[in-house]
Amino acid sequence: MSRPVRVLIPVGFGLNCEEETAAAFRMVGAEVELVHLTDLFARRAPRRIADYQVLAMVGGFSYGDHVAGGLVLATRIRAHLQADLSEFLGSGGRVLGICNGFQTLTRLGLLPGPEAGPPDFAPRAALTNNDRLGYRDAWVRIGVDPTTRSVWTRGVTALDVPTRHGEGKFVVESSEVLGRLDQRGQLAFRWIDAAGKPTEAWPENPNGSALGVAGVTDSTGRILGLMPHPDAFLYPWHHPDYARRRAVLAAQEAGGLAIFRAGVAAD
Amino acid sequence: MADVTRIEIATRPGFADSRGLAVAAALRAHLGIPVAAVRTRDVFHVEPALSAAEAARLAAEFAGPIVREGAVGRVEDGPFDVAVSVGFKPGVTDPVGKSARVAIEDLLGRALGSRGAVYASRVYLLTGVSGAEATRAATQLLANEVIERVTVQPYAEWQAAAPDLTVPRVVEHPPRPAETVTLRGLDDAALQALSRKKLLALSTPELTAIRDFFAAAAADPARARAGLGADPTDVELECLAQTWSEHCKHKIFNATITYREQGKAPEEIRSLFKQYIRGTTSAVDAAITAREGKSWLVSVFHDNAGVIAATPRYHLVYKVETHNSPSALDPYGGAITGIVGVNRDPFATGLGSDLLSNVWGYCFGPPGWSGTLPPGLLHPRRIRDGVHHGVIDGGNQSGIPYGRGWEFFDDRFLGKPLVYCGTVGRMPVTVTGRPTEVKSARPGDRIVMVGGRIGKDGIHGATFSSAELTEESPVQAVQIGDPITQKMMFDFLLEAREAGLYSSVTDNGAGGLSSSVGEMARQPGGAWLDLSLAPLKYQGLAPWEVLVSEAQERMTLAVPPARLAAFLELARLREVEATDLGAFTEDGRLEVRWGRQVVGLLPLDFLHDGDPELRIEAAWSPAPPAAAPPQPAPASAAEGNALAARFLARDNLRSSEQLARTYDHEVKGLTVVKPWIGAHRDVPSDASVFMIAHDGDWTGYALAEGVFPTYSDHDAWAMAQAGVDLAVRRVIAAGARVDRIAALDNYCWPDPMPGEKNPDAAQKAAALVRASKGLAEICIAYGVPLISGKDSMKNDAVVGGKRISIPPTLLASAIAVVDDVRRAVTLEAAAAGELLVLVGETRQELGGTEWAAARGLRGGEVPRTTPAALWPGYQAVARAIAGGLVQAAHAVGRGGLLHSLFLLARAGGLGLSADLGKAPVGGAVDWEGRLLGETTGRFLLAVEPDRLAALRAALARVPHAVIGAFDAGDTLRVGLGATPLLDAPVAALAAAWKREGGAS
Repeated sequence: MSRPVRVLIPVGFGLNCEEETAAAFRMVGAEVELVHLTDLFARRAPRRIADYQVLAMVGGFSYGDHVAGGLVLATRIRAHLQADLSEFLGSGGRVLGICNGFQTLTRLGLLPGPEAGPPDFAPRAALTNNDRLGYRDAWVRIGVDPTTRSVWTRGVTALDVPTRHGEGKFVVESSEVLGRLDQRGQLAFRWIDAAGKPTEAWPENPNGSALGVAGVTDSTGRILGLMPHPDAFLYPWHHPDYARRRAVLAAQEAGGLAIFRAGVAAD
Repeated sequence: MADVTRIEIATRPGFADSRGLAVAAALRAHLGIPVAAVRTRDVFHVEPALSAAEAARLAAEFAGPIVREGAVGRVEDGPFDVAVSVGFKPGVTDPVGKSARVAIEDLLGRALGSRGAVYASRVYLLTGVSGAEATRAATQLLANEVIERVTVQPYAEWQAAAPDLTVPRVVEHPPRPAETVTLRGLDDAALQALSRKKLLALSTPELTAIRDFFAAAAADPARARAGLGADPTDVELECLAQTWSEHCKHKIFNATITYREQGKAPEEIRSLFKQYIRGTTSAVDAAITAREGKSWLVSVFHDNAGVIAATPRYHLVYKVETHNSPSALDPYGGAITGIVGVNRDPFATGLGSDLLSNVWGYCFGPPGWSGTLPPGLLHPRRIRDGVHHGVIDGGNQSGIPYGRGWEFFDDRFLGKPLVYCGTVGRMPVTVTGRPTEVKSARPGDRIVMVGGRIGKDGIHGATFSSAELTEESPVQAVQIGDPITQKMMFDFLLEAREAGLYSSVTDNGAGGLSSSVGEMARQPGGAWLDLSLAPLKYQGLAPWEVLVSEAQERMTLAVPPARLAAFLELARLREVEATDLGAFTEDGRLEVRWGRQVVGLLPLDFLHDGDPELRIEAAWSPAPPAAAPPQPAPASAAEGNALAARFLARDNLRSSEQLARTYDHEVKGLTVVKPWIGAHRDVPSDASVFMIAHDGDWTGYALAEGVFPTYSDHDAWAMAQAGVDLAVRRVIAAGARVDRIAALDNYCWPDPMPGEKNPDAAQKAAALVRASKGLAEICIAYGVPLISGKDSMKNDAVVGGKRISIPPTLLASAIAVVDDVRRAVTLEAAAAGELLVLVGETRQELGGTEWAAARGLRGGEVPRTTPAALWPGYQAVARAIAGGLVQAAHAVGRGGLLHSLFLLARAGGLGLSADLGKAPVGGAVDWEGRLLGETTGRFLLAVEPDRLAALRAALARVPHAVIGAFDAGDTLRVGLGATPLLDAPVAALAAAWKREGGAS
């Protein structure tokens, strides 16, 4: 039997979804290590980032979303860890960024990243204020773009998840650029309506992203960022319909786990 | 030329400035200002000034790509009418500036230095307003002048001026020495004048005791050796004022009260706390031990929060606090301080807890208030907006989901809003092999302060909240919580806890170091600390200010000397400030030093037990019972439908789901029954249910509450019992264990101390006695221990010579263990055909109800609870739920059956028909009593037809009846026998209840 996939979850500075994200990865068989960012910065961590197969940037409010979501953390990571991340990605490491983690990866320029070649840490997109200003916690449905190149969505088609953000509207320079990302299968997740179609309408789309973009992958398919929280749907009883559809939901695996499983299995 | 760089960030043309749009909408809706457009800017002032290249790099980094642009100085833009700039006043906590500084230092690869600082502010560019309107917008919506400075500039003036480089730097002064305060020779009047001048909030007997103590203490050789005399230093006097404040000492709850009731002999009560609160818990604890052989109460009353046993790995910790007075002055700052402040209580219980969930609840004046507002009071809508915003930011940024949230509106909360915030924690049963609930500060342990720095913020918070609100209330009493600083501190302390690096911890809340060190010193038996070592935000504080400052996000720890180096090193690595300030001793004194000089020397027994006993007169004269004039039943279903729509749209019943969604309720992935549930996810759950950890143990906990302020207009006894009863019924309805329910009591009262402006103090004191008696009776009958509580006794505002007192209000908060969260029950019916069972008798009880408020009724019988008679029925309901006999369960509360029936239909997404003629009744009950009365003790259960017989058997000894059934339609039909009372589409009622399309 091969050894379990090793997942690094950096913590600290106001990140706060480490507990459920760690639980999710453990539930699909990975080995998880939580390491404080100051230990990564100071080279005091038990191992190098390149010694992990997966890096998970969890949700939360790093530095309170001050100035802009993910900004302060991204600035710090670029200052302290850019070389380590390049090495990790160069050796085939996979990255999942959820909510604040997605914002941070976007600020770092890892998403959507260059069209080809190694990451250049140049920001090409923004996750900006939702059209309806402010944070909102509500369950919605997201669908996987069938053409996506993401390794994190294999076997996943659609799932219910909570969305919990105030800055999640995905914006690139022009609709042409967005169209190219779409053509290249980089717009991995979409907010979808009751008919399963990508939507730009609130509340099914909580932030007003064009084409209903809810999650984005890089050109290699190994880096995924998404605004909603698959880490909050780990058990059937997380689902808001559980009390009314107990028998049906209890018989299925909770929808969020498939993403973690796909990313772990993509080795 | 100021040595400052100014960076401005703006939304690029072509992208929506969503914050500007929201401000414009609020200005139009709330202030009637017909603003055409609002553009906003984020401004950062950095000192010392950056090089041109650095500044440009920073502007680009903060703007990021595409949506925003940055510039050094100003982002130039087209014309507007008025610019409003809003920034903090000097010394106010600026969390954004603090985070920005971290980013800037990493971006530039260099530190800004000890004199460096970053200040965040914002600018609103308003189009379509006059100067006067802009000023109104600035003072009534955009800024709070208590903590913020505002500049209003017309476009021409703005254009002509250079970008504003002023920063709110605190003007620093040399440290001020401690001073002696002469008390000897002062008479009562002079003592009181001194107390008022220094904001000590001490009574004449207290000041006399202090004066006489120091006069006698001059003979103490230790005092003479320290160079101290027969008068206190300002350090000693302020320390005593904080420690003896009502806020910290709960003098009223410990007073001797003479209680008089018509026709009865006067009763002397020695401490309401000892007799009715702690006494109740002792009695319940004994009953639990007798029943189970072992109690599940782990730690109650002596620590910062109550602790109960839950699983083999974890205890549950719970505390609810109020933060009323600061929230009246600065709703945002007061409320965020309230929530991050109460986080520190479970955190600082025992050796510390991980925080699992928050609760919030607010009593406000009506948000649509259009009457006059006395000067000095903020409009209730503004208080409401600010409080929500503060608690949202505090909870969300801390990564703690909220479990419960509620609002209650009454005119009398115009004077003082009530802002309840609570936190549940998870305490490992042991850490490093020791029971976690036990603190063990020993002589020799170092006193280490961790977290934020000390400034003048929050000085006199404890004494301020122990006084009534006036137009002259001090601005420095307001603090602003900084959840990120606190989160980083908590992360660090949990690591330190797991490594066994400290032996005791407590938080610095009210009273600051004077309270935390003074309190912790009781265990080892003494302490000394050197205030000159304390890290300050700026220089110029007097020693007493350092001692009593309530600057936030600080904890005080006892660290064994052998662990000190490791503790300080871990703090440094985690970028958390920690400072060794002194040591615990066993000499029975609190010794306060400033460098080599002793500036205070207080025996602990005088500090903690030297205050004179307080005596209070309480007189209960029940309001003469007045019958409520009956109202004729609706003449038609249509009339009933209109009545129902109006009633459900009342502030106290309507759905505030959309607002509540701005609070996170499921971070941590432990939430099972969410605060808002049902087919449309807009119905409040009876109780919220959570898992405790992701460890495969499905044991969880349920949270619920009850609060009925207006019942106090009839009898505070009934008010207190209705609150506890509802909280308990709600957790039972969710499927909690009936023998693992604990409660927290939060009293918010109008001042019961007599004064010339408080003629009915004895009645308010009597209400306190009656609420406490009622609380004790119901908790003993239900076997529900009180594990923690808080009282706030000065909820009055005296403005413009007029006194506004809140109704006496007891919030009961229940926490209960749920054996298996997967089997938790909600009020959601699942399918057509399920039957509706009403459990419990309905009586003609309309007094103090929401319907009485809607009708403007003053008389009637207030709902009275009969705890001993009800309890067996609750046990039967709990057994039925545990046995899987019911699909849904709901505790009937405010708004009576009309409100409950609507909630059940809406939550199930089903039609519902009910005949109130079938309801079990006690005495004669008319249509109003059945549909709208709030008789306590009632459950509604949804049951599948094939389980009805089993359910009826389980409820054999409990009054109950099948009163209706769910169907596949979308209509709520309620009748009284053959007479229809209403027959309305659920969706139509829901639209009114949500006020969709209407004003907020």
